Amino acid sequence: VLVLLCAIAGAACSTRTVIDSGAPAATTAFPKDRIAKGATLAAIGDCASCHTAKDGKPYAGGFPVSTPFGTVYGTNLTPDPATGLGRWSEAEFRRALREGIGDHGEHLYPAFPYDHFTLLHDDDIGALYAFLMTRDPVRNEVPANTVIVPRAFVAVWKKLYFHPGEFRADPSRDPRLVRGEYLAESLGHCGACHTPRNKLGAEKKDEAYAGGEVGGWHAPALNAGSTSPARWTADAMTAYLSTGIADDHAIAAGPMAGVTRNLGHVPKDDVEAIAAYAVSLNSGGSGARAAPARRAAAGDRADSDVNGARIYAGACGDCHDRGRAADGGALPLQLAIAPTLPVPSNLIHIVRDGIVPQAGERSRWMPSFAGTLTDAEMTDLVTFLRANSGYPPWTGVPAAVREAKQARE
Amino acid sequence: MIELNINGRTQQVDADPDTPLLYVLRGQLGLNGAKFGCGLGQCGACTVIVDGNAVFSCITPISALGTRAVRTVEGLGTIDNPGPMQRAFIEEQAAQCGYCIPGMMMRAQAMLERNPNVSEAEIRKTMGVNLCRCGTHMRILKAVGRAANAMKSAKGST
Repeated sequence: VLVLLCAIAGAACSTRTVIDSGAPAATTAFPKDRIAKGATLAAIGDCASCHTAKDGKPYAGGFPVSTPFGTVYGTNLTPDPATGLGRWSEAEFRRALREGIGDHGEHLYPAFPYDHFTLLHDDDIGALYAFLMTRDPVRNEVPANTVIVPRAFVAVWKKLYFHPGEFRADPSRDPRLVRGEYLAESLGHCGACHTPRNKLGAEKKDEAYAGGEVGGWHAPALNAGSTSPARWTADAMTAYLSTGIADDHAIAAGPMAGVTRNLGHVPKDDVEAIAAYAVSLNSGGSGARAAPARRAAAGDRADSDVNGARIYAGACGDCHDRGRAADGGALPLQLAIAPTLPVPSNLIHIVRDGIVPQAGERSRWMPSFAGTLTDAEMTDLVTFLRANSGYPPWTGVPAAVREAKQARE
Repeated sequence: MIELNINGRTQQVDADPDTPLLYVLRGQLGLNGAKFGCGLGQCGACTVIVDGNAVFSCITPISALGTRAVRTVEGLGTIDNPGPMQRAFIEEQAAQCGYCIPGMMMRAQAMLERNPNVSEAEIRKTMGVNLCRCGTHMRILKAVGRAANAMKSAKGST
Protein backbone atom coordinates (compact mmCIF):
# COMPACT_ATOMS: atom_id res chain seq x y z
CA VAL A 1 0.00 0.00 0.00
CA LEU A 2 2.81 2.33 0.94
CA VAL A 3 4.40 1.80 -2.46
CA LEU A 4 1.10 2.59 -4.12
CA LEU A 5 0.65 5.75 -2.03
CA CYS A 6 4.15 6.86 -2.95
CA ALA A 7 3.44 6.19 -6.57
CA ILE A 8 0.33 8.34 -6.40
CA ALA A 9 2.28 10.99 -4.53
CA GLY A 10 5.05 10.83 -7.12
CA ALA A 11 2.61 11.21 -9.95
CA ALA A 12 1.03 14.20 -8.30
CA CYS A 13 4.42 15.72 -7.52
CA SER A 14 5.49 15.57 -11.11
CA THR A 15 2.61 17.78 -12.13
CA ARG A 16 3.50 20.56 -9.75
CA THR A 17 4.94 23.62 -11.35
CA VAL A 18 6.06 27.07 -10.41
CA ILE A 19 3.99 29.68 -12.14
CA ASP A 20 6.35 32.34 -13.44
CA SER A 21 3.89 34.21 -15.55
CA GLY A 22 2.80 37.50 -14.16
CA ALA A 23 4.42 39.71 -11.57
CA PRO A 24 2.51 41.00 -8.58
CA ALA A 25 0.33 43.93 -9.52
CA ALA A 26 1.17 47.42 -8.36
CA THR A 27 -1.10 48.40 -5.50
CA THR A 28 -2.34 51.44 -7.38
CA ALA A 29 -3.86 49.06 -9.91
CA PHE A 30 -6.73 48.17 -7.57
CA PRO A 31 -9.88 50.28 -7.63
CA LYS A 32 -11.32 51.19 -4.24
CA ASP A 33 -14.53 49.20 -4.70
CA ARG A 34 -12.52 46.03 -5.46
CA ILE A 35 -10.56 46.49 -2.27
CA ALA A 36 -13.75 47.11 -0.29
CA LYS A 37 -15.32 43.99 -1.74
CA GLY A 38 -12.21 42.03 -0.80
CA ALA A 39 -12.41 43.38 2.74
CA THR A 40 -15.96 42.09 3.07
CA LEU A 41 -14.98 38.71 1.68
CA ALA A 42 -11.98 38.48 4.02
CA ALA A 43 -14.33 39.16 6.94
CA ILE A 44 -16.72 36.42 5.77
CA GLY A 45 -13.75 34.07 5.50
CA ASP A 46 -12.59 34.96 9.02
CA CYS A 47 -9.11 35.03 7.46
CA ALA A 48 -7.75 37.29 10.19
CA SER A 49 -8.36 34.71 12.91
CA CYS A 50 -5.80 32.20 11.65
CA HIS A 51 -3.52 34.72 9.94
CA THR A 52 -3.03 37.08 12.90
CA ALA A 53 -0.89 36.17 15.91
CA LYS A 54 -2.00 37.08 19.42
CA ASP A 55 -1.23 40.80 19.78
CA GLY A 56 0.23 40.74 16.26
CA LYS A 57 -0.43 42.96 13.25
CA PRO A 58 -3.55 42.00 11.28
CA TYR A 59 -2.91 39.39 8.56
CA ALA A 60 0.82 39.27 9.38
CA GLY A 61 0.60 35.56 10.29
CA GLY A 62 2.01 33.47 13.12
CA PHE A 63 -1.19 32.16 14.71
CA PRO A 64 -0.70 28.51 15.73
CA VAL A 65 -3.39 26.18 14.38
CA SER A 66 -3.00 22.91 16.25
CA THR A 67 -4.02 19.77 14.40
CA PRO A 68 -3.68 16.10 15.35
CA PHE A 69 -0.69 16.03 13.01
CA GLY A 70 1.21 18.99 14.44
CA THR A 71 1.00 22.76 14.48
CA VAL A 72 0.54 24.80 11.33
CA TYR A 73 1.21 28.52 11.57
CA GLY A 74 -1.02 30.93 9.69
CA THR A 75 1.11 32.55 7.01
CA ASN A 76 1.82 36.25 6.52
CA LEU A 77 -0.78 37.57 4.07
CA THR A 78 0.51 41.14 3.99
CA PRO A 79 2.33 42.17 0.80
CA ASP A 80 5.81 42.07 2.33
CA PRO A 81 8.06 40.67 -0.46
CA ALA A 82 10.34 38.63 1.81
CA THR A 83 7.89 37.11 4.30
CA GLY A 84 4.42 37.74 2.90
CA LEU A 85 2.53 37.74 -0.38
CA GLY A 86 4.58 40.60 -1.89
CA ARG A 87 5.94 38.48 -4.73
CA TRP A 88 2.76 36.53 -5.37
CA SER A 89 0.96 37.05 -8.65
CA GLU A 90 -2.81 36.84 -8.73
CA ALA A 91 -2.47 33.55 -10.63
CA GLU A 92 -0.38 32.07 -7.81
CA PHE A 93 -2.86 33.36 -5.25
CA ARG A 94 -5.75 31.83 -7.18
CA ARG A 95 -3.94 28.50 -7.44
CA ALA A 96 -3.36 28.43 -3.66
CA LEU A 97 -7.04 28.94 -2.96
CA ARG A 98 -8.34 26.72 -5.71
CA GLU A 99 -5.76 23.92 -5.74
CA GLY A 100 -3.96 24.14 -2.41
CA ILE A 101 -0.56 24.75 -3.99
CA GLY A 102 1.99 27.27 -2.73
CA ASP A 103 4.10 29.69 -4.75
CA HIS A 104 6.99 27.21 -4.95
CA GLY A 105 4.63 24.56 -6.30
CA GLU A 106 4.45 22.78 -2.95
CA HIS A 107 1.30 21.16 -1.61
CA LEU A 108 -0.27 23.18 1.19
CA TYR A 109 -1.46 21.50 4.34
CA PRO A 110 -5.25 21.39 4.42
CA ALA A 111 -5.33 23.27 7.73
CA PHE A 112 -5.65 26.02 5.14
CA PRO A 113 -9.20 25.12 4.08
CA TYR A 114 -8.73 25.10 0.33
CA ASP A 115 -11.19 22.22 0.22
CA HIS A 116 -13.71 25.05 0.73
CA PHE A 117 -11.94 27.92 -1.01
CA THR A 118 -11.74 25.94 -4.23
CA LEU A 119 -15.44 26.79 -4.68
CA LEU A 120 -14.71 30.53 -4.93
CA HIS A 121 -15.52 32.46 -8.08
CA ASP A 122 -12.53 34.00 -9.86
CA ASP A 123 -13.90 37.48 -9.39
CA ASP A 124 -14.06 37.03 -5.62
CA ILE A 125 -10.54 35.65 -5.54
CA GLY A 126 -9.43 38.75 -7.44
CA ALA A 127 -11.14 41.02 -4.90
CA LEU A 128 -9.48 39.18 -2.00
CA TYR A 129 -6.15 39.58 -3.76
CA ALA A 130 -6.78 43.31 -4.20
CA PHE A 131 -7.62 43.64 -0.51
CA LEU A 132 -4.59 41.73 0.75
CA MET A 133 -2.11 43.36 -1.63
CA THR A 134 -3.16 46.80 -0.39
CA ARG A 135 -2.56 46.07 3.33
CA ASP A 136 0.49 47.61 4.99
CA PRO A 137 3.37 45.23 4.35
CA VAL A 138 4.65 43.71 7.59
CA ARG A 139 7.95 41.87 7.72
CA ASN A 140 7.16 38.85 9.86
CA GLU A 141 8.75 35.45 9.45
CA VAL A 142 6.27 32.98 10.92
CA PRO A 143 7.53 29.96 12.89
CA ALA A 144 8.14 26.74 10.95
CA ASN A 145 5.28 24.23 10.96
CA THR A 146 5.74 21.17 13.16
CA VAL A 147 3.57 18.85 11.07
CA ILE A 148 4.93 15.30 11.02
CA VAL A 149 3.41 14.47 7.63
CA PRO A 150 5.67 15.18 4.64
CA ARG A 151 4.17 17.48 2.06
CA ALA A 152 4.33 14.78 -0.60
CA PHE A 153 1.70 12.84 1.30
CA VAL A 154 -0.62 15.79 1.08
CA ALA A 155 -0.85 14.83 -2.60
CA VAL A 156 -2.25 11.47 -1.54
CA TRP A 157 -4.65 13.14 0.84
CA LYS A 158 -5.83 15.38 -1.96
CA LYS A 159 -6.41 12.41 -4.25
CA LEU A 160 -8.60 10.87 -1.57
CA TYR A 161 -10.51 13.86 -0.20
CA PHE A 162 -10.02 17.01 -2.23
CA HIS A 163 -12.39 17.82 -5.08
CA PRO A 164 -11.29 21.02 -6.76
CA GLY A 165 -13.78 23.05 -8.72
CA GLU A 166 -15.73 26.26 -8.68
CA PHE A 167 -19.17 26.49 -7.02
CA ARG A 168 -22.07 25.84 -9.39
CA ALA A 169 -25.48 27.17 -8.48
CA ASP A 170 -28.67 25.27 -9.02
CA PRO A 171 -30.69 27.93 -10.90
CA SER A 172 -34.00 26.54 -9.70
CA ARG A 173 -33.29 27.36 -6.05
CA ASP A 174 -34.05 30.50 -4.05
CA PRO A 175 -31.25 32.94 -4.96
CA ARG A 176 -30.76 33.96 -1.34
CA LEU A 177 -30.19 30.36 -0.27
CA VAL A 178 -27.81 29.89 -3.19
CA ARG A 179 -25.86 32.97 -2.15
CA GLY A 180 -25.81 31.72 1.44
CA GLU A 181 -24.66 28.28 0.38
CA TYR A 182 -21.91 29.75 -1.78
CA LEU A 183 -20.59 31.97 1.01
CA ALA A 184 -20.92 29.36 3.75
CA GLU A 185 -19.43 26.50 1.75
CA SER A 186 -16.59 28.46 0.17
CA LEU A 187 -15.11 31.37 2.12
CA GLY A 188 -17.16 30.87 5.26
CA HIS A 189 -15.79 27.30 5.53
CA CYS A 190 -18.38 26.63 8.27
CA GLY A 191 -17.96 22.89 7.78
CA ALA A 192 -14.27 23.10 8.70
CA CYS A 193 -15.38 23.25 12.35
CA HIS A 194 -19.01 22.12 12.33
CA THR A 195 -18.45 18.89 10.36
CA PRO A 196 -16.65 16.03 12.12
CA ARG A 197 -13.33 14.88 10.64
CA ASN A 198 -11.99 11.40 10.00
CA LYS A 199 -8.66 10.00 11.21
CA LEU A 200 -6.83 11.63 8.33
CA GLY A 201 -8.31 15.01 9.14
CA ALA A 202 -10.76 15.16 6.24
CA GLU A 203 -14.34 16.27 6.74
CA LYS A 204 -16.78 13.36 6.78
CA LYS A 205 -18.98 14.47 3.93
CA ASP A 206 -21.70 11.99 4.83
CA GLU A 207 -21.94 13.60 8.26
CA ALA A 208 -21.92 17.20 7.08
CA TYR A 209 -22.65 19.67 9.88
CA ALA A 210 -23.09 16.96 12.51
CA GLY A 211 -20.83 18.91 14.90
CA GLY A 212 -17.04 18.92 15.27
CA GLU A 213 -14.21 19.75 17.63
CA VAL A 214 -11.96 22.80 17.38
CA GLY A 215 -9.36 24.19 19.76
CA GLY A 216 -10.85 22.50 22.82
CA TRP A 217 -14.40 23.63 21.94
CA HIS A 218 -17.28 21.72 20.42
CA ALA A 219 -18.73 23.29 17.27
CA PRO A 220 -22.40 22.34 17.61
CA ALA A 221 -24.33 20.38 15.03
CA LEU A 222 -26.17 22.57 12.52
CA ASN A 223 -28.04 19.72 10.85
CA ALA A 224 -31.05 17.80 12.12
CA GLY A 225 -28.87 16.59 14.98
CA SER A 226 -28.89 20.07 16.54
CA THR A 227 -29.71 19.95 20.25
CA SER A 228 -30.57 23.63 20.47
CA PRO A 229 -33.46 23.86 22.96
CA ALA A 230 -35.08 26.65 20.94
CA ARG A 231 -35.38 26.15 17.20
CA TRP A 232 -33.21 28.57 15.25
CA THR A 233 -34.95 30.97 12.91
CA ALA A 234 -33.27 32.91 10.11
CA ASP A 235 -33.78 36.15 12.08
CA ALA A 236 -32.22 34.76 15.25
CA MET A 237 -29.32 33.35 13.24
CA THR A 238 -28.78 36.69 11.49
CA ALA A 239 -28.67 38.46 14.86
CA TYR A 240 -26.29 35.83 16.22
CA LEU A 241 -23.92 35.93 13.27
CA SER A 242 -23.77 39.71 13.03
CA THR A 243 -23.70 40.63 16.76
CA GLY A 244 -22.61 37.45 18.53
CA ILE A 245 -25.81 37.41 20.59
CA ALA A 246 -29.19 35.82 19.91
CA ASP A 247 -31.59 36.49 22.76
CA ASP A 248 -33.12 33.05 23.11
CA HIS A 249 -30.05 31.09 22.15
CA ALA A 250 -26.52 31.94 22.83
CA ILE A 251 -23.58 34.27 22.98
CA ALA A 252 -20.78 33.43 20.59
CA ALA A 253 -17.74 32.19 22.48
CA GLY A 254 -14.50 30.35 21.79
CA PRO A 255 -13.45 30.29 18.13
CA MET A 256 -16.93 31.45 17.07
CA ALA A 257 -16.44 34.82 18.79
CA GLY A 258 -13.94 35.88 16.12
CA VAL A 259 -16.26 34.71 13.36
CA THR A 260 -19.18 36.83 14.57
CA ARG A 261 -16.89 39.79 15.26
CA ASN A 262 -15.84 39.68 11.60
CA LEU A 263 -19.36 39.15 10.30
CA GLY A 264 -20.36 42.33 12.15
CA HIS A 265 -18.53 44.18 9.35
CA VAL A 266 -20.30 42.35 6.53
CA PRO A 267 -23.33 43.84 4.70
CA LYS A 268 -26.60 42.62 6.14
CA ASP A 269 -27.89 40.84 3.04
CA ASP A 270 -24.83 38.58 2.91
CA VAL A 271 -25.20 37.71 6.61
CA GLU A 272 -28.91 37.07 6.07
CA ALA A 273 -28.06 34.76 3.18
CA ILE A 274 -25.57 32.79 5.28
CA ALA A 275 -28.10 32.64 8.13
CA ALA A 276 -30.87 31.41 5.83
CA TYR A 277 -28.59 28.67 4.53
CA ALA A 278 -27.40 27.70 8.01
CA VAL A 279 -30.97 27.39 9.26
CA SER A 280 -31.95 25.39 6.16
CA LEU A 281 -29.39 22.73 7.13
CA ASN A 282 -31.79 21.66 9.88
CA SER A 283 -34.92 21.71 7.73
CA GLY A 284 -35.51 18.04 8.49
CA GLY A 285 -35.29 18.60 12.24
CA SER A 286 -38.21 17.97 14.50
CA GLY A 287 -38.32 21.49 15.89
CA ALA A 288 -37.95 22.53 19.49
CA ARG A 289 -37.32 19.63 21.80
CA ALA A 290 -39.92 18.57 24.29
CA ALA A 291 -39.30 20.10 27.69
CA PRO A 292 -36.76 17.93 29.49
CA ALA A 293 -37.96 15.70 32.25
CA ARG A 294 -37.80 17.59 35.54
CA ARG A 295 -35.36 16.39 38.10
CA ALA A 296 -36.19 14.10 40.93
CA ALA A 297 -37.25 15.66 44.22
CA ALA A 298 -34.41 17.04 46.32
CA GLY A 299 -34.49 14.06 48.69
CA ASP A 300 -33.60 11.64 45.89
CA ARG A 301 -30.59 13.54 44.68
CA ALA A 302 -27.01 12.42 45.01
CA ASP A 303 -24.70 14.56 47.19
CA SER A 304 -22.89 15.97 44.18
CA ASP A 305 -26.24 16.95 42.69
CA VAL A 306 -27.28 18.74 45.88
CA ASN A 307 -23.95 20.51 45.91
CA GLY A 308 -24.32 21.47 42.24
CA ALA A 309 -27.80 22.84 42.92
CA ARG A 310 -26.48 24.95 45.82
CA ILE A 311 -23.67 26.33 43.74
CA TYR A 312 -26.14 27.10 40.98
CA ALA A 313 -28.45 28.92 43.40
CA GLY A 314 -25.64 30.92 44.99
CA ALA A 315 -23.47 31.64 41.98
CA CYS A 316 -25.62 31.45 38.83
CA GLY A 317 -29.28 31.90 39.66
CA ASP A 318 -29.18 35.61 40.44
CA CYS A 319 -28.56 36.36 36.77
CA HIS A 320 -29.83 33.27 34.97
CA ASP A 321 -33.18 33.12 36.76
CA ARG A 322 -34.11 36.78 36.64
CA GLY A 323 -35.30 36.82 33.05
CA ARG A 324 -33.43 37.96 29.97
CA ALA A 325 -35.17 41.34 29.85
CA ALA A 326 -34.21 42.41 33.38
CA ASP A 327 -31.09 44.44 34.11
CA GLY A 328 -28.24 41.94 34.23
CA GLY A 329 -30.61 39.19 33.13
CA ALA A 330 -28.82 36.28 31.50
CA LEU A 331 -30.00 33.44 29.30
CA PRO A 332 -32.34 31.09 31.19
CA LEU A 333 -30.38 27.85 31.21
CA GLN A 334 -33.33 25.83 29.88
CA LEU A 335 -32.58 27.65 26.62
CA ALA A 336 -28.80 27.24 26.72
CA ILE A 337 -27.22 24.85 24.26
CA ALA A 338 -23.95 24.18 26.13
CA PRO A 339 -25.52 21.69 28.62
CA THR A 340 -27.12 19.76 25.72
CA LEU A 341 -23.96 19.16 23.66
CA PRO A 342 -22.31 15.74 23.43
CA VAL A 343 -19.24 16.90 25.40
CA PRO A 344 -18.92 19.21 28.44
CA SER A 345 -16.03 21.34 27.12
CA ASN A 346 -18.04 24.41 26.07
CA LEU A 347 -19.97 24.62 29.34
CA ILE A 348 -16.77 24.25 31.35
CA HIS A 349 -14.96 26.91 29.34
CA ILE A 350 -17.79 29.38 29.86
CA VAL A 351 -18.16 28.72 33.59
CA ARG A 352 -14.40 28.87 34.12
CA ASP A 353 -13.50 31.86 32.03
CA GLY A 354 -16.76 33.75 31.76
CA ILE A 355 -17.55 35.90 28.77
CA VAL A 356 -15.29 38.90 28.56
CA PRO A 357 -15.80 41.72 26.09
CA GLN A 358 -12.98 42.74 23.79
CA ALA A 359 -11.64 46.22 24.44
CA GLY A 360 -14.03 48.74 22.92
CA GLU A 361 -16.76 46.18 22.32
CA ARG A 362 -20.41 46.58 23.27
CA SER A 363 -21.08 44.95 26.62
CA ARG A 364 -21.58 41.23 26.97
CA TRP A 365 -20.32 39.88 30.19
CA MET A 366 -20.30 36.90 32.42
CA PRO A 367 -17.89 36.74 35.33
CA SER A 368 -15.22 34.05 35.44
CA PHE A 369 -15.67 31.42 38.13
CA ALA A 370 -12.15 30.02 37.82
CA GLY A 371 -11.01 31.35 41.20
CA THR A 372 -14.41 30.97 42.84
CA LEU A 373 -15.00 27.27 42.34
CA THR A 374 -12.62 24.40 42.95
CA ASP A 375 -12.29 21.68 40.32
CA ALA A 376 -14.60 19.43 42.34
CA GLU A 377 -17.22 22.17 42.62
CA MET A 378 -16.97 22.96 38.92
CA THR A 379 -17.54 19.24 38.26
CA ASP A 380 -20.60 19.18 40.53
CA LEU A 381 -22.07 22.29 38.94
CA VAL A 382 -21.52 21.07 35.38
CA THR A 383 -22.95 17.65 36.26
CA PHE A 384 -26.01 19.30 37.80
CA LEU A 385 -26.60 21.52 34.75
CA ARG A 386 -26.30 18.52 32.45
CA ALA A 387 -28.80 16.56 34.54
CA ASN A 388 -31.21 19.51 34.43
CA SER A 389 -30.99 19.63 30.65
CA GLY A 390 -32.67 16.23 30.51
CA TYR A 391 -29.82 14.59 28.57
CA PRO A 392 -27.93 11.51 29.82
CA PRO A 393 -24.91 12.30 32.02
CA TRP A 394 -21.55 13.15 30.49
CA THR A 395 -18.63 10.88 31.24
CA GLY A 396 -15.21 12.28 32.08
CA VAL A 397 -16.30 15.65 33.49
CA PRO A 398 -13.42 15.85 36.04
CA ALA A 399 -10.87 15.21 33.29
CA ALA A 400 -12.51 17.81 31.07
CA VAL A 401 -12.36 20.34 33.94
CA ARG A 402 -8.62 19.66 34.33
CA GLU A 403 -8.09 19.94 30.59
CA ALA A 404 -9.88 23.30 30.37
CA LYS A 405 -7.75 24.56 33.24
CA GLN A 406 -4.51 23.47 31.58
CA ALA A 407 -5.56 25.10 28.34
CA ARG A 408 -5.63 28.45 30.16
CA GLU A 409 -2.40 28.06 32.12
CA MET B 1 -23.43 25.79 61.14
CA ILE B 2 -20.82 26.25 58.42
CA GLU B 3 -17.19 26.87 59.25
CA LEU B 4 -15.32 29.52 57.30
CA ASN B 5 -11.72 30.69 57.38
CA ILE B 6 -11.82 34.50 57.25
CA ASN B 7 -8.69 36.64 57.59
CA GLY B 8 -6.88 33.78 59.30
CA ARG B 9 -9.60 33.06 61.87
CA THR B 10 -12.09 30.22 61.86
CA GLN B 11 -15.65 31.52 62.08
CA GLN B 12 -18.90 29.64 62.54
CA VAL B 13 -21.82 31.01 60.58
CA ASP B 14 -25.45 30.03 60.58
CA ALA B 15 -26.73 30.42 57.03
CA ASP B 16 -28.05 28.44 54.11
CA PRO B 17 -25.25 26.83 52.08
CA ASP B 18 -26.20 28.79 48.98
CA THR B 19 -25.93 32.17 50.76
CA PRO B 20 -23.45 34.43 49.00
CA LEU B 21 -20.28 35.05 51.00
CA LEU B 22 -20.84 38.81 50.81
CA TYR B 23 -24.07 38.60 52.83
CA VAL B 24 -22.35 36.56 55.52
CA LEU B 25 -19.37 38.91 55.70
CA ARG B 26 -21.52 42.00 56.05
CA GLY B 27 -24.64 40.68 57.77
CA GLN B 28 -23.21 38.20 60.23
CA LEU B 29 -19.52 38.89 60.71
CA GLY B 30 -19.61 42.69 60.71
CA LEU B 31 -16.95 42.88 58.00
CA ASN B 32 -18.37 45.78 56.02
CA GLY B 33 -15.34 46.48 53.84
CA ALA B 34 -16.63 44.47 50.88
CA LYS B 35 -19.54 46.34 49.32
CA PHE B 36 -22.78 45.29 47.63
CA GLY B 37 -22.75 46.94 44.22
CA CYS B 38 -24.70 44.98 41.62
CA GLY B 39 -25.08 41.55 43.18
CA LEU B 40 -24.39 40.05 39.76
CA GLY B 41 -20.62 39.77 39.57
CA GLN B 42 -20.45 42.70 37.21
CA CYS B 43 -18.96 45.60 39.18
CA GLY B 44 -16.31 44.24 41.54
CA ALA B 45 -17.24 46.23 44.67
CA CYS B 46 -17.59 42.94 46.59
CA THR B 47 -14.19 41.53 45.56
CA VAL B 48 -12.34 39.48 48.17
CA ILE B 49 -9.42 37.04 47.93
CA VAL B 50 -10.02 33.30 48.15
CA ASP B 51 -6.86 31.18 48.17
CA GLY B 52 -4.95 33.88 46.31
CA ASN B 53 -7.62 34.54 43.66
CA ALA B 54 -9.73 37.69 43.47
CA VAL B 55 -13.37 36.58 43.46
CA PHE B 56 -16.75 38.30 43.55
CA SER B 57 -18.14 37.51 47.00
CA CYS B 58 -21.69 38.36 45.87
CA ILE B 59 -21.80 35.30 43.62
CA THR B 60 -19.73 32.94 45.76
CA PRO B 61 -21.99 30.66 47.79
CA ILE B 62 -20.47 29.84 51.19
CA SER B 63 -20.88 26.14 50.48
CA ALA B 64 -18.28 26.56 47.73
CA LEU B 65 -15.59 27.79 50.11
CA GLY B 66 -14.81 24.74 52.25
CA THR B 67 -11.63 25.39 54.19
CA ARG B 68 -10.20 27.80 51.65
CA ALA B 69 -8.70 30.99 53.10
CA VAL B 70 -10.83 34.10 52.58
CA ARG B 71 -9.27 37.54 52.94
CA THR B 72 -11.14 40.80 53.03
CA VAL B 73 -9.85 44.36 53.03
CA GLU B 74 -9.94 44.25 56.83
CA GLY B 75 -7.21 41.61 56.58
CA LEU B 76 -4.81 43.92 54.73
CA GLY B 77 -4.11 46.20 57.72
CA THR B 78 -5.67 48.44 60.33
CA ILE B 79 -6.40 52.16 60.58
CA ASP B 80 -3.31 52.59 62.76
CA ASN B 81 -1.18 50.26 60.71
CA PRO B 82 -2.38 50.11 57.10
CA GLY B 83 -0.84 47.54 54.78
CA PRO B 84 1.21 48.57 51.72
CA MET B 85 -1.83 48.46 49.45
CA GLN B 86 -3.95 50.60 51.76
CA ARG B 87 -1.03 53.00 52.33
CA ALA B 88 -0.59 53.44 48.58
CA PHE B 89 -4.29 54.24 48.11
CA ILE B 90 -4.13 56.82 50.94
CA GLU B 91 -0.96 58.39 49.58
CA GLU B 92 -2.43 58.70 46.09
CA GLN B 93 -5.79 59.84 47.53
CA ALA B 94 -7.35 57.34 45.16
CA ALA B 95 -10.83 57.30 46.71
CA GLN B 96 -13.57 59.76 45.87
CA CYS B 97 -16.81 58.21 47.15
CA GLY B 98 -14.76 55.14 48.06
CA TYR B 99 -17.43 52.55 47.37
CA CYS B 100 -15.37 50.59 44.84
CA ILE B 101 -12.06 50.95 46.66
CA PRO B 102 -12.05 47.85 48.92
CA GLY B 103 -12.77 45.71 45.85
CA MET B 104 -10.08 47.52 43.88
CA MET B 105 -7.55 46.94 46.63
CA MET B 106 -8.35 43.25 46.92
CA ARG B 107 -8.07 42.62 43.17
CA ALA B 108 -4.79 44.56 43.07
CA GLN B 109 -3.50 42.71 46.13
CA ALA B 110 -4.19 39.29 44.56
CA MET B 111 -2.44 40.38 41.37
CA LEU B 112 0.66 41.74 43.13
CA GLU B 113 1.00 38.78 45.47
CA ARG B 114 1.20 36.60 42.41
CA ASN B 115 3.68 38.91 40.69
CA PRO B 116 4.72 42.37 41.92
CA ASN B 117 6.61 43.01 38.64
CA VAL B 118 3.53 43.85 36.61
CA SER B 119 3.48 46.22 33.66
CA GLU B 120 1.09 49.14 33.38
CA ALA B 121 -0.75 47.19 30.67
CA GLU B 122 -1.18 44.17 32.94
CA ILE B 123 -2.48 46.39 35.75
CA ARG B 124 -5.03 47.93 33.42
CA LYS B 125 -6.14 44.56 32.08
CA THR B 126 -6.52 42.99 35.52
CA MET B 127 -8.21 46.00 37.12
CA GLY B 128 -10.57 46.43 34.16
CA VAL B 129 -12.94 43.98 35.80
CA ASN B 130 -13.66 46.41 38.67
CA LEU B 131 -15.75 49.49 37.95
CA CYS B 132 -15.50 52.99 39.47
CA ARG B 133 -18.24 55.47 38.71
CA CYS B 134 -16.59 58.56 40.21
CA GLY B 135 -13.77 58.50 37.72
CA THR B 136 -10.70 58.16 39.90
CA HIS B 137 -9.28 55.50 37.60
CA MET B 138 -6.03 57.35 37.01
CA ARG B 139 -5.39 57.66 40.74
CA ILE B 140 -6.33 54.05 41.29
CA LEU B 141 -3.81 52.99 38.64
CA LYS B 142 -1.15 55.17 40.27
CA ALA B 143 -1.95 53.72 43.68
CA VAL B 144 -1.64 50.16 42.37
CA GLY B 145 1.67 51.10 40.75
CA ARG B 146 2.86 52.59 44.02
CA ALA B 147 1.80 49.49 45.93
CA ALA B 148 3.67 47.34 43.41
CA ASN B 149 6.87 49.29 44.03
CA ALA B 150 6.38 49.07 47.79
CA MET B 151 5.79 45.33 47.64
CA LYS B 152 8.76 44.83 45.31
CA SER B 153 11.15 46.66 47.61
CA ALA B 154 9.72 44.86 50.64
CA LYS B 155 10.41 41.59 48.86
CA GLY B 156 13.90 42.75 47.92
CA SER B 157 14.82 43.74 51.48
CA THR B 158 13.94 40.42 53.06
